[in-house]
Amino acid sequence: MTSHPALAIEATGLVKTFGSTRAVDGVDLAVRTGAVYGVLGPNGAGKTTTIRMLATLLRPDGGSARVLGHDIVREADAVRAEVSLTGQLASVDEDLTGRENLVLLARLLGLGRAAAKARAAELLEAFGLAEAAGRLVKTYSGGMRRRLDISASLVVTPALMFLDEPTTGLDPRSRNQVWDIIRALAGEGTTILLCTQYLDEADQLADGIAVIDRGKVIAEGTPGQLKASVGLGTLHVRLLDPDQRPQAEQALARELDGVHLEPDPAALSAPCSDADRAAEALAELSRAGVRIANFSLGQPSLDEVFLALTGHPAEESIEEEQAA
Amino acid sequence: MRDAPTTRAPEAAGDDVALRTALSSSPRPPRPSALSAALTFGWRGMLKIKHVPEQLIDVTLTPVLFTLLFTYMYGGAISGSTDEYLQFILPGVVVMSVLFTTVYSGVALNTDMTKGVVDRFRSLPIWRPAPLAGAVLGDCLRYLVAGTVVVAVGVALGYRPEAGFDGVVWAMLVVVAFAFGLSWVFTTVGLLMRAPNAVMNTGFMALFPLVFVSNGFVEPETLPGWLEAIVDANPISHVITASRGLMDGTASAGEIGLVLLEAAVLTAIFAPLTTHLYRRKG
Repeated sequence: MTSHPALAIEATGLVKTFGSTRAVDGVDLAVRTGAVYGVLGPNGAGKTTTIRMLATLLRPDGGSARVLGHDIVREADAVRAEVSLTGQLASVDEDLTGRENLVLLARLLGLGRAAAKARAAELLEAFGLAEAAGRLVKTYSGGMRRRLDISASLVVTPALMFLDEPTTGLDPRSRNQVWDIIRALAGEGTTILLCTQYLDEADQLADGIAVIDRGKVIAEGTPGQLKASVGLGTLHVRLLDPDQRPQAEQALARELDGVHLEPDPAALSAPCSDADRAAEALAELSRAGVRIANFSLGQPSLDEVFLALTGHPAEESIEEEQAA
Repeated sequence: MRDAPTTRAPEAAGDDVALRTALSSSPRPPRPSALSAALTFGWRGMLKIKHVPEQLIDVTLTPVLFTLLFTYMYGGAISGSTDEYLQFILPGVVVMSVLFTTVYSGVALNTDMTKGVVDRFRSLPIWRPAPLAGAVLGDCLRYLVAGTVVVAVGVALGYRPEAGFDGVVWAMLVVVAFAFGLSWVFTTVGLLMRAPNAVMNTGFMALFPLVFVSNGFVEPETLPGWLEAIVDANPISHVITASRGLMDGTASAGEIGLVLLEAAVLTAIFAPLTTHLYRRKG
């Protein structure tokens, strides 16, 4: 593999408009070679459009970007030769078998007939798809399809991989499998740009995160910095008896600031940074005689991140145009 | 959180060693040639026929139906006998069946565009028109199937080509060459239309009058003068003239050359147009 510049992705002021909608409105990105970089945002924030421009599938209307040192417009072929894309739609052919999909791509990437077959077999084995290799992809489960999709991007190990919401719609086990694959890939030195709607996912995998909203990067930093700027977490409490909520609110307020009444008449929440404080707050509830159905201390959700960063919840702002 | 162990089911994402071996970078092979990439896409077309053989039903049943209908419905009225009429129309039915099949090239491309797999093809460092050229090449096999079925049915009903087997083969090649050119028109349509059904309807609506306002089913001399002029100018008449001539052993080089020229013109205009639209999509 040729040596790469320090920055795998360097984008300045990328713009893409669809009709009167500015889907991407001046995005700047700087991704270090070898990093796993998360792009976090709700549906329609411009994540997919950004990734499609960087992968040379869409021509930007403004701004410029270099991927692995190559200009995405003028040197698109050089970019294509070193990157892989796993899109939001499963980018595999449903009417072929898993094996045929991989052999097809291996042949298109220049492997000979025998090498293509061997590589397909190796990937199917590594991704736990060996048994399903001869089945048509349309019979695959969501998790299997996603794994095939990712393995299809790895027929020739790319220097940079774009992953667009790789775990959206997957069950927790399949999600963990995909996370393992991404970690292994990063361990081998591939730079990864990961678009996701889940803060948790970015937190698990990424070294750096850009939060994107309405086509603009609104915050950037390590997962730690981002969470610190947002508040570290939230204590969620659900009561057995909704009538006790006023007492519960009083009791929690003795320990925590900003107690919030959820739309669910039995639920309350409050920002809470550490487990000890949470335990104290729960003890207060118990002393006040409030009976609890369940409680949790969680990371801030994407909604909470957005609320903190933008002052508006992470709603689906605009429909992102797929094709045309 | 970060260090929480993930439980792994036995059939889960392989074992770590296999995964790491598979991911460790290997040297990138040289970029495949344009021809090799196109042929690989042609192979994809073959695989699809293998897995979804139903798509050949249209291609095979419709021509059988046309041959039977035309021969027995109109044979007596137009030529006085079904045998004689069959002898006259069979080349026309071959052309009609093959040309109708070209619409499916556009339908298939339109269907493909709605799937994510096109993104993958477009992000590969290959000769850009390869997916299109490969698909159209693969479709040529379908055209051969359609043409062969019609000839086989014709022979079963009593059709006898004067130029024998060789004549039929040559005629078939000329028809497929023209179909190759015409299929680029429909791939262009396929990229301009929003839905596969729209491509199908537009394609058939355009082809129907062209196929029937030809010399395939009636002698042009029996038509009013203005219509005869249209029929003579219709490229589909030229294809029918050439293939009929080849099957009867009477074709002239001019007749064949004209068809090949028309196929080349269609390809020269619509293949670049399709490629351009394909690149711009998305």
